[in-house]
Amino acid sequence: MTTTWNKPLPSIAGETKPFWDSCRRGQLVIQYCEDCDEYQWYPRGICADCWGENVRWVQSSGRGTVWTYTVTQQNRTTGFAEMVPYVLALVELEEGVRMFTNIVECNPRDVHIGMAVEVTFQTATPQITIPYFKPAG
Amino acid sequence: MVDLRRAAAIVGIHEHVTRYSPDKSELQIQGESVINALNDAGLTKDDVDGLFTASSSIRNSGMNLADYLNLYPSYVDNTTVGGGSFEFHLSHALTAIAAGRINVAVITYSSLARSGGVSVGTGGVGRFGHPVLDPSPDSFEELYGLTTVGLYAMIARRHMHLYGTTSEQLAEVSVAMRHHASMNPEALFRDPITVEDVVNSRVISDPLHLMDCCVITDGGGAVVVASPEVARNCRHTPVWVLGAGEAIAHQGAGKRDLIYIAAHQSSPRAFEMAGVTHDDIDMAMVYDSFTITVVETLEDLGFCKKGEGGEFVSGGRLQVGGALPINTDGGGLSSNHPGMRGIFLLLEATRQLRHQFDGTGRQVPDCKIALAHGTGGALGSRHSGGTVILARD
Repeated sequence: MTTTWNKPLPSIAGETKPFWDSCRRGQLVIQYCEDCDEYQWYPRGICADCWGENVRWVQSSGRGTVWTYTVTQQNRTTGFAEMVPYVLALVELEEGVRMFTNIVECNPRDVHIGMAVEVTFQTATPQITIPYFKPAG
Repeated sequence: MVDLRRAAAIVGIHEHVTRYSPDKSELQIQGESVINALNDAGLTKDDVDGLFTASSSIRNSGMNLADYLNLYPSYVDNTTVGGGSFEFHLSHALTAIAAGRINVAVITYSSLARSGGVSVGTGGVGRFGHPVLDPSPDSFEELYGLTTVGLYAMIARRHMHLYGTTSEQLAEVSVAMRHHASMNPEALFRDPITVEDVVNSRVISDPLHLMDCCVITDGGGAVVVASPEVARNCRHTPVWVLGAGEAIAHQGAGKRDLIYIAAHQSSPRAFEMAGVTHDDIDMAMVYDSFTITVVETLEDLGFCKKGEGGEFVSGGRLQVGGALPINTDGGGLSSNHPGMRGIFLLLEATRQLRHQFDGTGRQVPDCKIALAHGTGGALGSRHSGGTVILARD
């Protein structure tokens, strides 16, 4: 789809590769610890809560609410400088963890705390697909 | 815990007053600051056995600074946790001196953020100085256009949502800082401003306006910390360290309520160590990267309840003569902010405790105990908090 992605791209490590592989298939996955029954975000090779090893990947509902946000008017970074104003947000997933994202496919003025949102994906490169959130349909 | 009260004292200070210094290197600014701070203390190069520094631009800052100064310190610490690094350094120097490892520590910092054209608050990924993201956490954050001001703005937005805090209340912080800056001949901006000036300045990252954000300057300084035996023979009255608390706040695996900042953890540690209460604090130096930083910090330090910070900062209460004078040098919002500002909190607290401004409107009358709290990093993702409590005899 997109031929020239001029925003930053993620680096992928072994512990985060399943996440990026899932994004390419259009699935948002997070991690769940079998030992302490906790979800965690961002993905990592250990359970951040009990430091155990029994974390497994689970599919998120992809739905959540805006925990907080800002309408960014100034950013010097190539890719974002041309995009202002854009919405930087922390979205709380239904599973209870909060992740950074942009709220897309809406007027920045319409975004508010508590707004229901759902995941959507954009293909950055043949290897990288990035999750964003849009108003829930 | 071992009683560390008065186990070390600030005995020498120097602020490199430049706000724009394209012709000096960062190491030269540090060198000049260290020399002047030692002169202020009445000590010499040979007395220094501990070296403390932080930098976001000098590689291997501890080693390179020792090399530049031709010093052979027996204790080196280049803990770098953002703008609050220097409160951590003072905390560490206290412990090292109390343990008898060293007698005289120098803490120093400098930056050419302004002459170097560094977009400290709005540089996005550029603020790292390298284009490749780490696998985590960068790769789950920087894809979305984070900026430093944006990460503070998100907490300001949440604070407004939960507690009804207004832009006008945030602006009160800027107005108070500018009032203090008007009495500081070295401050970058000295002309008085109003709440309307702040809320009518352009929005950088909603709800924060240009004048909710600190200035960007060059600058630097140094602090000399010494054992009680050394301190009693220095030129100025010692400024004793009564207590110190350190903390990191982060996303807690995606579950921490970041409306509570690191000060919430570091403040009780410092007060407990010091054995004083909030009523004992005559003035405070509170890291003011943005107006929301001050509101959040005063709440989590415990000077008011969570959610009441907007009211607490209003009506001139932060000015000398008010309920809690803060940042009597004009703060980062009006005086200076060379990338990291924590060292200047220690400098102004020391000047106040020395009663250096007696007879002027800048002096907090009969100032006996001061608190400094440095915040480094970003409220909305992860940051450090270092609280220190200082006192004169």
